[in-house]
Formats: sequence, C-alpha cells, structure tokens
Amino acid sequence: MNILVCIKQVPDTKIIKVNPKTNTLDRSSAPAILNPYDAHAVQEAVRLRGEHGGKVIVLSMGPPTARMAIRKCVEIGADEGYLISDRRFAGADTLATSYALYKAIEKLQKQEGIDLVLCGKHAIDGDTGQTGPGIARRLEIPPITNVIKVDEINTESGEMKVRRKIENGYEVIKTTIPSLLTVEKEMNEVAYSPMPNMMRAARYEPTVWTVDDLDDVDIKQLGLKGSPTIVGRMWPPEKSSGAEMIEGTTKEQVDRLLSVTLEKRELFGVKGGGKA
Amino acid sequence: MSEKFDLIVVGAGPAGTSCAFTAAKNGLKVLLIERGEFPGSKNVMGGILYRKQLEEIIPEFWKEAPIERPVVEQRFWFLDKESMVTTSYKGLEWGKEPYNNFTVLRAKFDKWFADKAVEQGALLINETVVTECIVEDGKVVGVRTDRPDGEVYADVVVLADGVNSLLAKQLGFHKEWKPNEVALTVMEVLKLPPKTINERFNVQDNQGVSVEMFGDATHGLLGTGFLYTNKDSINVGVGTTLSSMIKHKLKPHELLEHVKNHPMIQPYVEGGESQEYLAHLIPEGGYNTVPKLVGDGVIVTGDAAQFVNAIHREGSNMAMSSGKIAAETVMKAKETGDFSERSLDSYRTEIYDSFIGKDLKKYKDAAHTFEENPQYFKEYVPMMNQAMNTFFTVDGTPKWEKQKKIMKKMTAGRGKIGFAKDMYRAWKAVK
Amino acid sequence: MNIEEYKDVWVFIEQQEGQIIDVGLELLGAGRELADKLEVNLCGVLLGNQVKDSASELYAYGADIVYVIDDPILEQYRTETYMKAVGDLVRKYKPEIFVYGATSNGKDLASAVATEVMTGLTADTTMLDVNLEKRLFEASRPAFGGNIMATILCKKHRPQMATVRPKVMKKPEPEQGRTGKIIEESISLKEEDLRTKVLEIVRDTQKAVNLEDADVIVAAGKGIKDEKGFAMVKELADVLNASVGASRDLVEAGLCGHDHQVGQTGLTVTPKIYFAIGISGAVQHVVGMQNSDMIIAINNDPDATIFNASHYGIVADAFEIVPMLTEEFRKALKGVEVEGVTSDV
Ligand SMILES: Cc1cc2nc3c(=O)[nH]c(=O)nc-3n(C[C@H](O)[C@H](O)[C@H](O)COP(=O)(O)OP(=O)(O)OC[C@H]3O[C@@H](n4cnc5c(N)ncnc54)[C@H](O)[C@@H]3O)c2cc1C
Ligand SMILES: Cc1cc2nc3c(=O)[nH]c(=O)nc-3n(C[C@H](O)[C@H](O)[C@H](O)COP(=O)(O)OP(=O)(O)OC[C@H]3O[C@@H](n4cnc5c(N)ncnc54)[C@H](O)[C@@H]3O)c2cc1C
Ligand SMILES: Nc1ncnc2c1ncn2[C@@H]1O[C@H](COP(=O)(O)O)[C@@H](O)[C@H]1O
Repeated sequence: MNILVCIKQVPDTKIIKVNPKTNTLDRSSAPAILNPYDAHAVQEAVRLRGEHGGKVIVLSMGPPTARMAIRKCVEIGADEGYLISDRRFAGADTLATSYALYKAIEKLQKQEGIDLVLCGKHAIDGDTGQTGPGIARRLEIPPITNVIKVDEINTESGEMKVRRKIENGYEVIKTTIPSLLTVEKEMNEVAYSPMPNMMRAARYEPTVWTVDDLDDVDIKQLGLKGSPTIVGRMWPPEKSSGAEMIEGTTKEQVDRLLSVTLEKRELFGVKGGGKA
Repeated sequence: MSEKFDLIVVGAGPAGTSCAFTAAKNGLKVLLIERGEFPGSKNVMGGILYRKQLEEIIPEFWKEAPIERPVVEQRFWFLDKESMVTTSYKGLEWGKEPYNNFTVLRAKFDKWFADKAVEQGALLINETVVTECIVEDGKVVGVRTDRPDGEVYADVVVLADGVNSLLAKQLGFHKEWKPNEVALTVMEVLKLPPKTINERFNVQDNQGVSVEMFGDATHGLLGTGFLYTNKDSINVGVGTTLSSMIKHKLKPHELLEHVKNHPMIQPYVEGGESQEYLAHLIPEGGYNTVPKLVGDGVIVTGDAAQFVNAIHREGSNMAMSSGKIAAETVMKAKETGDFSERSLDSYRTEIYDSFIGKDLKKYKDAAHTFEENPQYFKEYVPMMNQAMNTFFTVDGTPKWEKQKKIMKKMTAGRGKIGFAKDMYRAWKAVK
Repeated sequence: MNIEEYKDVWVFIEQQEGQIIDVGLELLGAGRELADKLEVNLCGVLLGNQVKDSASELYAYGADIVYVIDDPILEQYRTETYMKAVGDLVRKYKPEIFVYGATSNGKDLASAVATEVMTGLTADTTMLDVNLEKRLFEASRPAFGGNIMATILCKKHRPQMATVRPKVMKKPEPEQGRTGKIIEESISLKEEDLRTKVLEIVRDTQKAVNLEDADVIVAAGKGIKDEKGFAMVKELADVLNASVGASRDLVEAGLCGHDHQVGQTGLTVTPKIYFAIGISGAVQHVVGMQNSDMIIAINNDPDATIFNASHYGIVADAFEIVPMLTEEFRKALKGVEVEGVTSDV
C-alpha cells in the first residue's frame, strides 16, 4: 500500500514576531519547521507501511528550502520525497495549492500508484485546514478530516475504519481505499528517529519538479493568478479603551479586586457548566 | 554493523566544525554530530571572532560569513562605583580588509560555518546527543548516541563537545573541573536600532566596538564584564569564576543586572529589548588544567581541552586551530593506517608548538594570581579611579603635590613594598 | 462566471442529531446585518433527516428564506453527501455570500464546497462586513503570529465564503412571529453509490471541560511558567468554583490539554468573569475571550497588550498575588461554602 503525505514547511509561529511599526512579519525571526501536524501524518504513514507494506512518499509545494522539511520526513521514515517548486506556484491560496498538489499527485499516481493520501489537520501558519479537502475533491476520493485513529485497514475489501474528532467526541467512519485523511495530533507520538534514518535524511535529495514537469497543467489555476482570495488590508487590532488599572500595594490590589468581583459572588457558588 | 566513517566529530562548535571542514575537504569521510537543533542553537559566546585562525581555514571568509561588525575600537574600562578610568585603541585600518576581528552572533555564525563543512562533504546530524565513546580493547572505535540504533563507528573520534566534555571525562582524560577552573558567564543580547548603537558608541554602520570591563563590574571579584556591538543589538555580559560566585553567594542574573544598571554602563544599554539570555561556563584553568589530549582513536579539541585564554577572552580561535590540527593529524594517521595514541600524539606536540600552547603557557599564572590576590580588582581599580579624580579635580593644589598624595594612597593599604610586589606579579602574569 | 447573477447572503445551519446548534443562529444574526446592507435576502441552508420542521424556527432569528433538503441519506454529516447537496444548491440559486460555523463539520464542508464550486474561502474569521461601494464581502481574521488582523477579499469568484468560530458573533434575540419561505430541494445520491458511512458517534461528555458554558474562567499563560505555577492557578480556580483556561503557549508547553485552550485555534468563551493570569494578550488569544462580561488581567509587564482587552488590570507578579488572592477569596467565600454544606445536612 503506497501512502502519499502532503507536507508543508512553515515558519515556527511560536517564535515569529511582528514588527509593530510596519505591521509586517519578521520572517527572519522564525526558523522554518515541518508543520507539526504533517509530522504526525508521516508518522502514521510509516506505521501503516509497517503493517501493510508499500512506500511512504511525501510531497510538498514550496521554495527550495522546503527540502529541509522533506528531509525531516525522511528522518521519521518516509521513503521518497518530491518538492514542486516554481515561481509560478508562488502566492497560492488554498484553492490554488490544492490544484498544484493534485496535479503532482496525479503524476505520482501514474508513476507509483497511490492508495491513501494523508495531510495534516491544518498548517500552523494559516490554520485553515482547507487544502486537504480541496485535494480530495479534485482527486474525487472521500476526505475524512480531523482523524485521530485508523482503526482498521482491509486491503482486500478496499475498506478502512477511522475515528474522526468532532466537538465533544468522535465518529467512527467507514470509508474506501483510496481516501484522504487529515491528521490530528492525537493520532500518535512522533518517534525519536533512529540513527540510520538520520544519516539517510542528511544525505537525501528530494526530487524537485517545476510546473513543466507536471502534465496538463492549467497555468491560470496556479499561484497568485489561480487564487480567488487576496489579502486586502492588514491592521493592528483596535485597542479598546483599556483596563482600569488597579494600583497600590499587592494587598491593596487584592482588596480592590475582591470588592469588584464579590459583587457577583453568586457566580462562585456553582461550577460553570458543572465540570472543570 | 552500521556504517563506518574515517572520522566522527562530536560537537559542531568552532572546534568541531573546523575539524570536520578540514578533514572533509581533504577527502575523509566525516560524520559531525551536534546535539542542538542546529549548530549554534545552543552556543554562547560574547561575540569576538578573531580573523587569523578562520582565515587559515576559509580564506576571505568575511566576504560571506554572517559577521555583525568588524571591530575598529577596543576599550578597557576600569570601573569604580560612580567613575571609571578608560583606555582604548581605535584604528580605522581595522575597519578595512583584511580586518582584525569581528563581532558575531554564534547562532548565525556556527550554522553558516557548519553548512560550509557540509558543502565540503561532511555529514551533519543535528538533534543527536553522543552519550559515550565506544571503547573496544582500550581503543575508541566509535560513538554511541541517544538514538535508536545509535552506534556509529570510525577510525578516530574527535571530541569537540565544549567545556563540560563529559565524553573526555568518561574516558578518564580529566576530572570534574574545579570551581576555580571555570568561569560562569551570563550575557544578554539587547536589541537596539543601529542608529542608536552608532551614536552611543561613536561609530559608523560597519564599525564595531568591544569593551572589556574590570573592577566594579564584577563587584571587584576576579572576572570581567563586556559590551560588544552587533549590527542591531549589543551583547552585554559578565563572568567570574564559579568559585567566587559560590563564595560570595552571587546569583548570575543578579550580577548581570548589576552590570546593566551600573551608572557607567546603563546609558549604553538603555532601552535595549532583551532577545536572549544565556549562561555558560568558560574554562579558565588554563595551561595547568589541560587534560590528556590524545588516546587510542581519540583526540580532544577546543574548550573540551581547556584551550581558552581567559585574560584576552580568546577561545573560538584556539578552538578552530585545534580542530584543524586534529583533522590534519587524522589525515596523516590515515596514510599509515595507525590510529593509536602514539600515532596521534603529534597532535599534542603541534598544539604545544602553536600559539595555543604558547599563549596558554604565557598566561598560565594569570588567573591564579588574580584569584589569590583579590586586591587587584577590589582595591586597585577603585584606587585608580580615586587617583584620577584627585589628579584632574581642579582645586588649586599643584600637580606635583597631587602625585605625592596619590602615591601615598595607593601604597597605604599594602605598603610600598607590597604594592610594588603586586604590580610586578600582575605584570608577570599577563606580560 | 457572471458575478451579477449572485445575490443573497447564505448561512449554513448545522444540526447535530436533528438539533440546530447555536453557531448557525449566531451567524444568522451577523448575516442579517450584511443582507440589510446589501438589500438582499438572508437565507439558511438546512440539511438533514426530518429537519424540515425546524426550518420555521430560523425565521425568528432573521432568515427570509430557508433552503431545506430533507433526506435520510443526510441523517449524519458526511462530506460526500453534504458537499454534493450544497454544491447543487449554490449552482442553482447562486448566493453572493456564504458563511459557515467553523466547527469540525462546518470547516470540512466549506473546504470541500469551495473546491466543488471553485471559489475562495476564508477560514476562522472574527469580523464580517461588506464594502458597499465595491460590493465586496470583507472577511477579517487574525493573521500569522501576532498582533495583526487581515481582511481577506474574494473579488472575482462567487460565492464569497468564510467560516466563523462559534461564539464570536452574538446570537440574536428571536423575533417571534417573523415569517419567511421554505424552498425544498432533493438530493440525487443513493446510499449504494456512497463510499463513506458514519458507523457510530461517540460523545465524550465526561471528559469535556465545557469551558464554553462556564461562568467563571481562570486562565493561565506562559507567565506562570511551570507545573507549580499552574497548580497555583488551579487552586484559585478551585476556590472560585471556576473552570481553567489556558493560552496556546501553555498548552504547547504541555502543562494542560488542548481542550483548555482559549483563542483562535482553541475555544471561544464568554464567561461572566475571565481572569487572564500571565497571558500576554496576543490577538489569537484575545479573539477567544474578548466577549466575556468582565476581564481581569494580571501581568507583571505594565505594557502587556492584554490590558487593552481587559476591564481591570493589575501589574503584579503572579507568584505573589495569586496565592494572596486565593487566600482572601477562600475567606470571603466561606459563606457560600457553608451555605452549601448546611443545605446538604
Ligand atoms: C559568554 C562567553 C563569551 C565568550 N567570548 C568569546 C569571544 O569574544 N571570543 C572568543 O574567541 N571566544 C569567546 N568565548 C569562548 C568561546 O565561546 C569558546 O572557546 C568556543 O566556543 C569553543 O569552541 P568549541 O567548539 O570547543 O566548543 P563549543 O562552542 O562549546 O561547541 C561545542 C558543541 O558541542 C555540542 N555538544 C556538546 N556535547 C555534545 C554531545 N554529547 N553530543 C553532541 N553534541 C554535543 C554543543 O551543542 C556545541 O555545539 C566566550 C565564551 C563565553 C561563554
Ligand atoms: C495561527 C495561530 C493561531 C494561534 N492560536 C492561538 C489560540 O487559539 N490561543 C492562544 O492563546 N494563542 C494562540 N496563538 C499563539 C499566540 O500568538 C500567542 O503566542 C500566545 O497566546 C501567547 O501565550 P502566552 O500569553 O501564554 O505567552 P507569552 O506571550 O509568553 O506571555 C506571557 C506573559 O506572562 C507575563 N508574565 C511573565 N511572568 C509573570 C509573572 N511572574 N507574573 C505575571 N505575569 C507574568 C509576561 O509579561 C507575558 O505578558 C496562535 C498563534 C498563531 C500564529
Ligand atoms: N504547500 C503545501 N505543500 C504540501 N502540502 C501542503 C501545502 N499546503 C498545505 N498542505 C497540506 O495541507 C494541510 C492543511 O494546510 P492548510 O490548508 O494550509 O491549513 C497541511 O497540513 C499539509 O498536509
């Protein structure tokens, strides 16, 4: 069973800073990392390969530096990596991204045969989670988003059972092979990679494709041109009037805070919603 | 058995990377293992990079290396509570090629340097901790890492794992460093607009200043403070021997706060936004504490070998040179196929013949002298300040009379003979 | 695509086990304003099995028209069926704007529909507006990293679509007696043709923290540093009978589970009192709690942005003030506890 995982290199948003004066992102301040959800997706693919054989292939669209993210996937255990990288892909929103990735998957499908596609739940730079379902729609395979567990894969009947996270619980869903799953963190723990994987990854050079390497591409659907959404305006969120500052010694602060909150002392009687 | 290399280098600091670079460039199969997320991610340095040793490895490196500013002025400040005596040298020729030395931020510099080694063919593995050397029949034959299937083998292992060098300790090459053999240094990187830095330090965009501070910076204890200018930040730091810290119950961050709030220093750092706070040990034992440097299949380099000139705060240059010499030693050994301690021993002799050995020897008593004789920092620096104050205060007293007064004050504490002795001893220690 | 043909504002009305969930009603409130500005109809889109009767309920919340597809095949949410059904409706009735709740299902559906009908979609928006001059939908959301909001436009494609987090918009007061029109459509899919099936739904109510319903939330951020700091905050929450919230950085530091996270990628909460302790006030956090009735921020940095979003601010070291607060509240609330005890006896 060959599994394809779409992976993205993202700036580490824990570190990225915004320049408050210019309202621009200080990208240099944030190191680029493999989108954490994608790491879980690759880990799951590696697990499934262990049970069902086949290959784990990762695919990414991005600048040449995204090779680093692909190497990270090889560390986790991916067999092969492809990077589609071309100025004509740049500026893509999720619709144009899913188109480009779909075109690459189509080619890989012919080349290698793909039985399952995995994506991260979302990429932490934009938090949209729209790319996965978009790819599935284009491939005309069912998307199952927010998957927390693959319960069963039956390669003979071509069916699989997965758990999908929903508010306050989960659904058990039966779907066919191939499907596209987007993966939550609860899926697994990303293992500490063994040394041979590290050495393989350090030497690994992914295959890089440009637009011209893909078949029957409609250039109009790529990159900025193919993106229906555009960023109109960026602005710092309005500062509301601000807080009334409670000054004084700590004791005075505590006393004043008590007096403003205890007006609503009835609130502290029962626990909100019953549980905490 | 897993893959075998000609050379495994532990630690991608200046020492390890120089070694890996040199060996890979000369066709050896090299594995460089770094525990940090990337080389430099965990590394601390006040920030002066000396030109010469790196130039011997990468000619004209300044054209592409991520350096901050070439240093055109070196200042020394002797601080009392509310005054200071300063001396400095500023030379604009230092601001032109080939420069003298540079300020660098290690997180950027080490990464760049390691990438250079990778370009030469070294295999770099990050986020991996070497837990021990694999020893067979008394010979080091490889390393064990914290990863699953983590053993890797090589003809020679070079330890460039920095000041603590647990690996050299495991091999019995050195004991736990004593508190007076290492200095604890704390430093902070403070972001400031380049324009502000230029104004405060009276330099232009591509010019840097290094300031070394003595006296009240360390509450008069043995040690120094420093202030270096980067492009858009400054490094401020202070260090003193671990033993002084313990003795005087100083907390590292308190010492740094003391420096930052010192009335002579505060105007330089004011308004700087803290970007990083780092604490790190520097080996300062010097010549007398250099561990065993060579064993069967293993060589120790850089801080791990205590190659630091504490007086002049040189370390990265010694690290680089020792790394390079280690690589050359392995290349020679490879020709004969003999990686025994005897064969690798030329590393030791070359080190002692190089500036590393010579400098370490020259300053071998310095730290000791100052540690044993706290009066240097505790008394003479304030005295110098008072002397200057007396001399320059215009109050109608004739200058010759002032000189006499000053001399009297200076010698009052330890007597004339004691004072002369101290001066001689200090001069001998650093000459 | 002839943009002119696209009219009306649509809201996807999500139901769970036949019950309409709040987010759809909240969006009817926001959608009403947009529709009024544009002078078009506000329409709900309701899919499910035996849901037709609930359609009229939506008029009270502002809907003029409700598109209903009632079919057993739509009993449970499935991307396959819902995408097809909604896609067909869009192609047939051509809405100008289409908003969905950013729930698991809402996001899933919107993403699939966007590709199905080839249009733009803005995720997790927190502000909706229209530019009448250009007749454009302005969907705004906090962007990337920090203190920035971005307005996303979709100029050349219709419908203009967005997902909106639950609780960000206010659920309007129902206006009884308001009426509208139902338009019923059918779906052409047959169960045999489908590739997915929901076998079971497990609602894990035990585990839920239920921050969304809490009256008092004591939330902690990276400023409380470690386990000990978190324990200190939990103790305050205990004394106040409050639920515990957290910033993403605290969740990522592993100090508490994701189900405590408040903010753009966590929960949106609207308690009566929200304590923000050691939280810096990044937009992504603030959008999740700004509608709380009373926000009290404790931070040792007088310039922390959280103070801009709060009603009361205290500049203090959490490690000093929180234990004192806990103690004082404990004393002051003794009465409440005693009451509880006596009624028990
Ligand atoms: C505050 C401060 C200011 C200084 N200022 C200057 C200055 O201005 N100029 C100057 O020349 N020198 C300065 N020094 C000294 C200089 O930083 C060191 O001498 C130099 O970095 C030594 O290089 P190294 O390669 O031996 O060790 P390090 O730079 O310490 O590198 C060791 C590397 O090994 C890695 N490592 C350690 N253990 C393991 C393991 N088990 N497995 C894998 N990897 C491991 C570490 O992560 C690290 O990357 C300063 C030092 C300090 C602390
Ligand atoms: C796409 C995206 C989505 C995101 N989604 C969310 C989200 O849903 N929820 C969320 O919370 N964040 C989210 N974030 C992260 C958000 O940008 C911030 O990084 C995060 O909210 C910061 O958490 P914090 O305030 O706990 O930590 P910090 O920013 O580190 O702030 C800690 C605060 O504690 C104060 N402090 C320190 N010590 C003390 C003390 N002793 N006493 C009192 N105060 C002290 C400090 O002054 C500081 O203000 C998201 C980011 C991105 C890019
Ligand atoms: N440029 C890209 N290259 C490869 N995969 C991507 C890319 N962008 C998004 N993805 C995949 O789509 C998921 C959701 O991304 P997003 O829709 O941006 O939140 C990610 O976790 C990836 O699996």
